Amino acid sequence: MKRHLISAADLTRDDAVLILDTAEEMARVADRPIKKLPALRGRTVVNLFFEDSTRTRISFEAAEKRLSADVINFAAKGSSVSKGESLKDTAQTLEAMGVDAVVIRHGASGAPYRLATSGWIDAAVVNAGDGTHQHPTQSLLDAFTLRRRLVGRDAGLGRDLAGRRVTIVGDILHSRVARSNVDLLHTLGAEVTLVAPPTLLPVGVGNWPCEVSYDLDAALPKSDAVMMLRVQRERMNAAFFPTEREYARRYGLDGDRMAKMPEHAIVMHPGPMVRGMEITAEVADSARCTAVEQVAGGVHTRMAVLYLLLGGNEPAVSHARTEETK
Amino acid sequence: MTMSETGKTLIRGAKVLGGEVRDVLIDGETVVEVGTGIEAGGATVVEAAGRILLPGLVDLHTHLREPGREDSETVLTGTRAAASGGYTAVFAMANTFPVADTAGVVEQVWRLGREHGYCDVRPIGAVTVGLEGRKLAELGAMHDSAAAVTVFSDDGKCVDDAVIMRRALEYVKAFGGVVAQHAQEPRLTEGAQMNEGVVSAELGLGGWPAVAEESIIARDVLLAEHVGSRVHICHLSTAGSVEIVRWAKSRGIDVTAEVTPHHLLLTDELVRTYDPVYKVNPPLRTERDVTALREALADGTIDIVATDHAPHPHEDKDCEWAAAAMGMVGLETALSVVQHTMVDTGLLTWEGVADRMSFAPARIGRAEGHGRPVSSGEPANLTLLDPAYRGTVDPAGFASRSRNTPYGGRELPGRVTHTFLRGRATLMDGKLA
Amino acid sequence: MDTDVSDAARPVLEGPDIARVLTRMAHEIVERAKGADGVVLLGIPTRGVFLADRLAAKLAGITGRRIPVGSLDITMYRDDLRLRPARALARTDIPADGIDGRLVVLVDDVLFSGRTIRAALDALNDIGRPRAVQLAVLVDRGHRELPIRADYVGKNLPTSLRETVRVQLEEEDGRDAVLLGERRETGAPAAEDRRPEPARTGER
Repeated sequence: MKRHLISAADLTRDDAVLILDTAEEMARVADRPIKKLPALRGRTVVNLFFEDSTRTRISFEAAEKRLSADVINFAAKGSSVSKGESLKDTAQTLEAMGVDAVVIRHGASGAPYRLATSGWIDAAVVNAGDGTHQHPTQSLLDAFTLRRRLVGRDAGLGRDLAGRRVTIVGDILHSRVARSNVDLLHTLGAEVTLVAPPTLLPVGVGNWPCEVSYDLDAALPKSDAVMMLRVQRERMNAAFFPTEREYARRYGLDGDRMAKMPEHAIVMHPGPMVRGMEITAEVADSARCTAVEQVAGGVHTRMAVLYLLLGGNEPAVSHARTEETK
Repeated sequence: MTMSETGKTLIRGAKVLGGEVRDVLIDGETVVEVGTGIEAGGATVVEAAGRILLPGLVDLHTHLREPGREDSETVLTGTRAAASGGYTAVFAMANTFPVADTAGVVEQVWRLGREHGYCDVRPIGAVTVGLEGRKLAELGAMHDSAAAVTVFSDDGKCVDDAVIMRRALEYVKAFGGVVAQHAQEPRLTEGAQMNEGVVSAELGLGGWPAVAEESIIARDVLLAEHVGSRVHICHLSTAGSVEIVRWAKSRGIDVTAEVTPHHLLLTDELVRTYDPVYKVNPPLRTERDVTALREALADGTIDIVATDHAPHPHEDKDCEWAAAAMGMVGLETALSVVQHTMVDTGLLTWEGVADRMSFAPARIGRAEGHGRPVSSGEPANLTLLDPAYRGTVDPAGFASRSRNTPYGGRELPGRVTHTFLRGRATLMDGKLA
Repeated sequence: MDTDVSDAARPVLEGPDIARVLTRMAHEIVERAKGADGVVLLGIPTRGVFLADRLAAKLAGITGRRIPVGSLDITMYRDDLRLRPARALARTDIPADGIDGRLVVLVDDVLFSGRTIRAALDALNDIGRPRAVQLAVLVDRGHRELPIRADYVGKNLPTSLRETVRVQLEEEDGRDAVLLGERRETGAPAAEDRRPEPARTGER
């Protein structure tokens, strides 16, 4: 793990397992009367959100506060950003206020990478989702949920997801969640299959470390977990698929399809769900659907990431940094 | 060296077009003698042992930004950059503010070039009013103006309407003009940020498919054939485009094509840095495309190297990728990149370089007095370079007002030491006059 | 930790000695706590947890009752958290009935500067309110930097700061021993109970 968390592809297998193990310890704190840890006391974290995402922002905020960090929320709307201020100036302004870490959500792919590597600021950068590129903490919380459900809460400690079969279904082309999950799940030893209509798969997907299929029904019986991605209705207008009904019929998960999955298999969804589109209410509300669990896991996982990045004088690293600026 | 009292310059011992070692005597605006053992007399002597003498370079594709974006480049700074890079003539693209779609604007740009005197400026006229692709601009009026426009282009935008393109191709036949097409199918490149392929899939940047370029080129060569006009293709960037142009030429279609230095060297792997200095239109492609472009330039399928020199102010590149402007400066590094990619690799001789960077572009753009042989009686538009030089590109040393080069810190071979525009040194020992 | 101890480390307690002192400590706990009523043992990872388990077994043997035992990770409460790379967390496992109103006996292997125990007291504070807190250590090597003392000590071992004390336990190290060795490099040990360890070992 480097000083920043930009892409799930940057994590080694051991880094990822360390984060998941740490997240399990963080989860235990949630059961205590005082759900707070002193690890980030005196550290200031800014949540710099250029895109609306209340869910992700709240999850990070809860994680930061449980670790006793001082939290600043910065939403681009109604701020200097909407008056044309550049990302660079915004970041430098925040750093001048003594920020130790920037959690950034941005509509442009690569914006967090730019922030971390351009020399604009010294603070640690955590990517909370950039364009259609990466959403590393989402993939970590998904892996956290997968390991709990498929390996076990205690039995999973120190272990990866070797041999588990995960099928990701939906708008892969526009999905940072899919990209992060392909990278991380592959690193953790899982076998990933992407299922989507060809229009919603990127050109170049053949180089990804996963299988690709157009046929959901064929993939279901071989899946330990099926991750349904949100499909935005607007995509229909850009001719990615003909109608909502046809999409749901070919790629939506309903009760009949769920019955084709193995007994132990789970249904995941990063939320927000579009019921009736990629998932029916019957599936969304079933005991096999882990959407709510994933949200809880999100706080624990983000606590783990923030602790490991900011808790010491340098991150918990597999390759030591030589100089420390913060 | 001392200033000549006679207005004569003697270039002594240069390899002319990389071949025979010759002395070249310039008197006034003209080359008066090419031979050996020429007496200096009162002439200023330039010792040129080991150097290559080329005809002054001609760039068919430059953005000088004036009028409108003087914060990134002006005719003065842009022509100084051109002289530094060995150019004696540049064709200035029409996408200024206001757009160069009237005789008034093209004459203004042409006059500024004449006044500054670093390099001949040949304005390119817009094909359509405001580059909007709907209505033909007054192509004839621009041709008849003092600027005598011969090249028309909506560069930056594609003339995507097939009927408008057909009419433009037909119309310019009346005065021997040529339409230079920026081949980019607009619907296929909505939201496009980089070459569509393995790298774009990983980086989550909007893909810019090769077919968006190739489909327009295919259409336009067929249109040119149909109406019996000539067409020029700007900045070819894909292996597929090369195949189409090769096919068109084999059918006898009057098509010419250009490639930029950056497409001869750089690939989309560089975009992994998300550094917008690599953001350019058309986008950097793959290794396979680079190889095909080099081969096509060597075998003549691609006729010329054109810089697509596109200056942008620092703030337009010091930002996230999606927000950044597209383009790279290129005038001051073009010859070094061509030496590196084409000459040092054995693909092209210096004679070939003279053709691709001077003779052919001058012919396509009808730039009179440029792209002429180095021989007695010809205008003294000349470039002298030291091919043995090795140096690191330092953007801070650029004459251009902008610094958006992808080569900063990179070692490139060769250096232009002298540029002569009609006998007068615009660049002398690496220093601008 | 191996790298911190010279090859010349010599055992000051061997397996049977450790078993014997733990038995004595268990008896002392029963005596001081009047039958070990309401006692909760919390070991400090890693070796303190094994010692707590062993003490719990011995207490059960003496009293015939099951004594609640758990673990208390102090990583995030350390006062030198920011002086070193972020460390992996160890397990905190509080017995189901909690610690409110109980007599918590903290168990650790070596008592040195006292900073670990201060951190443990802070950690306890976030978990509940015990009736009292006591401390049991296998070895007290002296050099306290805080006003902290142990209630139950296996062995008092006067040391110099140039020396290292290393506890080995069957569960972790494959054998029971307390080793005394020479520190290889001189350095100020003041801020810590133990020499720095790699962040990834799961130890403090």
